[in-house]
Amino acid sequence: MADLSVTFAGIRSPNPFWLASGPPTNSAYQVMKAFEAGWGGAVWKTMGLPVVNTSSRYAAIDSGAAKMTGFTNIELISDRPLSHNLREIEEVKKRFPDNPVIASLMLDTKEEWQQVVRDAENAGADGLELNFGCPHGMCERGMGSVVGQEPELLRLIVSWVMETAKKPVIVKLTPNITDITEPAIAAKEGGCNAISLINTIQSLMGVDIEKFVPYPVVDGKSTNGGYCGPAVKPVALNMVRNVSQSPFVGLPVSAIGGIADWRDAVEFILLGATTVQVCTAVMHYGFGIIREMTSGLSDYMDEKGFDSVSSFSGKALLNTVAWEDLNLNYEVVAKIDRKKCIGCMICYAACEDGAHQAIGIGKNGSRIPHIIEENCVGCNLCSLVCPVEGCIMMVERKDDQAPETWKERTAKGNVPKTFDDPLAGGLKHRTKY
Amino acid sequence: MKDFKRPRSEKDFELNFSPINPLMSGSEAVVESSRCLFCYNAPCIKACPTEIDIPLFIRQISTGNLKGTARTIYESNYFGNACGKVCPVEVLCEGACVFNDMNLKPIEIGRLQSYAATYALKKKFALFVPGAPQNKKVAVIGAGPAGISCACELRRFGYEVDVFEAKDKPTGLTLHGVAPYKITNEEALKEAEFLKKQLEFRIHYRTPVTSYRQFRNLENEYDAIFIGIGLGNTVELKIKGEDLDGCMGAVEYIENIKLKKHKARSGRKVVVIGGGNTAMDAASEASRMGAERVWLSYRRSKEEMPAYEFEYELAKKVCVEPLFNTAPLEISGKSKVEGIKLAPTKVVSGRITADKQNSFVVPCDMVIIATGQEKQNKLLDIIDGFEFDDKGRPVTEGDSFRAKGTKYFIAGDVINGGSEIVNAVAEAVKAAEGIHNFLKGNTN
Repeated sequence: MADLSVTFAGIRSPNPFWLASGPPTNSAYQVMKAFEAGWGGAVWKTMGLPVVNTSSRYAAIDSGAAKMTGFTNIELISDRPLSHNLREIEEVKKRFPDNPVIASLMLDTKEEWQQVVRDAENAGADGLELNFGCPHGMCERGMGSVVGQEPELLRLIVSWVMETAKKPVIVKLTPNITDITEPAIAAKEGGCNAISLINTIQSLMGVDIEKFVPYPVVDGKSTNGGYCGPAVKPVALNMVRNVSQSPFVGLPVSAIGGIADWRDAVEFILLGATTVQVCTAVMHYGFGIIREMTSGLSDYMDEKGFDSVSSFSGKALLNTVAWEDLNLNYEVVAKIDRKKCIGCMICYAACEDGAHQAIGIGKNGSRIPHIIEENCVGCNLCSLVCPVEGCIMMVERKDDQAPETWKERTAKGNVPKTFDDPLAGGLKHRTKY
Repeated sequence: MKDFKRPRSEKDFELNFSPINPLMSGSEAVVESSRCLFCYNAPCIKACPTEIDIPLFIRQISTGNLKGTARTIYESNYFGNACGKVCPVEVLCEGACVFNDMNLKPIEIGRLQSYAATYALKKKFALFVPGAPQNKKVAVIGAGPAGISCACELRRFGYEVDVFEAKDKPTGLTLHGVAPYKITNEEALKEAEFLKKQLEFRIHYRTPVTSYRQFRNLENEYDAIFIGIGLGNTVELKIKGEDLDGCMGAVEYIENIKLKKHKARSGRKVVVIGGGNTAMDAASEASRMGAERVWLSYRRSKEEMPAYEFEYELAKKVCVEPLFNTAPLEISGKSKVEGIKLAPTKVVSGRITADKQNSFVVPCDMVIIATGQEKQNKLLDIIDGFEFDDKGRPVTEGDSFRAKGTKYFIAGDVINGGSEIVNAVAEAVKAAEGIHNFLKGNTN
């Protein structure tokens, strides 16, 4: 078994899997149960001025038989008295000294921030996470995502905390912003030790078309909530990558957003994360999923020969470039394995109506389609819609052209400049009409 | 292996004959419908004689549009519920599902269809309205799947339709002939009622049309006549003892069970003669009626049986014992059946011969003959102008199902020799189009 232990901004953890701040970290009962199950650390449900919540609070999107592929909540921060939370953190730390407990905080004035930072550290918290991300309810009161959306304010609050904090400080960012690196840089300038992202995405989950009210419904009304779950993973991956690649941030990253299994975790680590935080998947399946996550990560590391998480953190960043740096002379073409094809012809419909008319219907009533190579632009669509694993493969078209990027072509002046320029890429391909 | 006690009450009966394809729940339908790939030009559609747009109605189920689902199904097949329950889907739509090629379970199209159709019947969705009156009248003989489907289609064209039915209830073999574990009487009748309410055709029950004079009267009174009378009684074996009490035809045996349920007559030791789907049904039903032993005697091998594989499996599941390569010689008994003498058979230059030297007697108190139903040629013969081909089938004109040179149109079991409900429906709808073209003066 690989060594899964990590040190994140000076915080040691037996593995990179942390519970994100949220309903699963609302109490000592839950956090201790999670540690017993194998979770590495936990970010406590955000503490501040206790709130009053609504009923109901959650809504979800299902994809056919798959439940909760997207999830939303309008729950606020902890509704429990601060002293109860602090006492329970103290008890957890007594029983689990090796598992980091991070206190998530959301406060208003400088005095409040500095007071609660001291209280949390005194209770035994191993670090602090500043919640500048919550996009519903709290932001209307001048906290949460409004801070994450206003770099000046963010920097100021971080600096207040840094005046007092002795433990590492993590700033949790909101994705409800155009350029995620702006608040990340502000957080760095404020002096924080690490970044965590993403918080939930502001959203409406759907609308009850009988009663004309969005979900979740609270006595006939609804409001925008925070979107999370597997559906948000691609958004989170891109933002983690942007923060990791920014030359002006340079802080450890704890990734959050749709992580449900070991593979998700590996992907985030490859894009620069050191720890990952999980909430929705635990709300769906309970703490038991950690067994799959740690064993999957361990097997992956063994297979790849990675002796630590940090040894492969960021390994995919080198291969994540700007569009203009992609090789335009690289070409793939679809290839259908006739033996595996089941004749659903979904690829035909997709390519014919939604792509480049590069798939022909089988001859003599055969339901096995064929690729019309001169029309195929190598877009992948057919291989993505194909229900049979490995039936449609994208194969490299061999030619002797040297690699050339858009940037290089532009430098040579070898790009379309007029609306009907003969250099238009589409002129290479036939169209039916 | 399943042991059935003789049912003493309706409740017992329903337990013994519980549906083999139970109704789906809403969540089952959501899960199952979400598996469908929505194939292009889907093979399941082509495998369905009525060409229901199956991927469309499955997508409509998955999006919670059950009225749209019902419309998709019933637009193509007036017996949408019955077919969902009764069709041999293994050799039709589900057999064509591309998942079979992936060694995955095919989509349960039959059960999804029946789920949506049952809902439509329960909600009484208004799907059809009669067409603008054409001021022409069509008589339909037989209120089975063919007759009712033809009547529905004709009403939508705007013709007045009178259906003449010999029995006192509609849907023909759906009610009288299909095993109760496939469809119940209530389910069959509900669908007919659903259609009749919306399309307002008349059914005259207990009105068999059997005489020359009756046909002449219909010809005078109606602009066209559709014949959907199915097949006749069980063909006799023409062996000794066939007249003994306890020897009966499979069609009659099954009908009796459908109508009388637990009160129907059934033997303790039963021998079924035949190797078709009706033989399998009769044997299964005898077992479910509490027979101690049920044998199935077929004169050829298992591989040569015309019954579908899954029908034989159903019979085997309820302990039916096959006696392949045996032929009946005579039924013994004083006034009641006491046994049947069977002889082993072998095939000599293509012909089956019974080895009488080695015959043996199976003691039993019931023999069910399931070797086919009679054609209706005797009846059709009395109609003026009917022509028959060298195999004795009425000669019809192409896809119109019009009996050559007459105002008669004929479809379903009576002409196809006995097939599925879905085939009768498909043919009858085409025949209705044929009638419409004929009455428009466009006979192609």
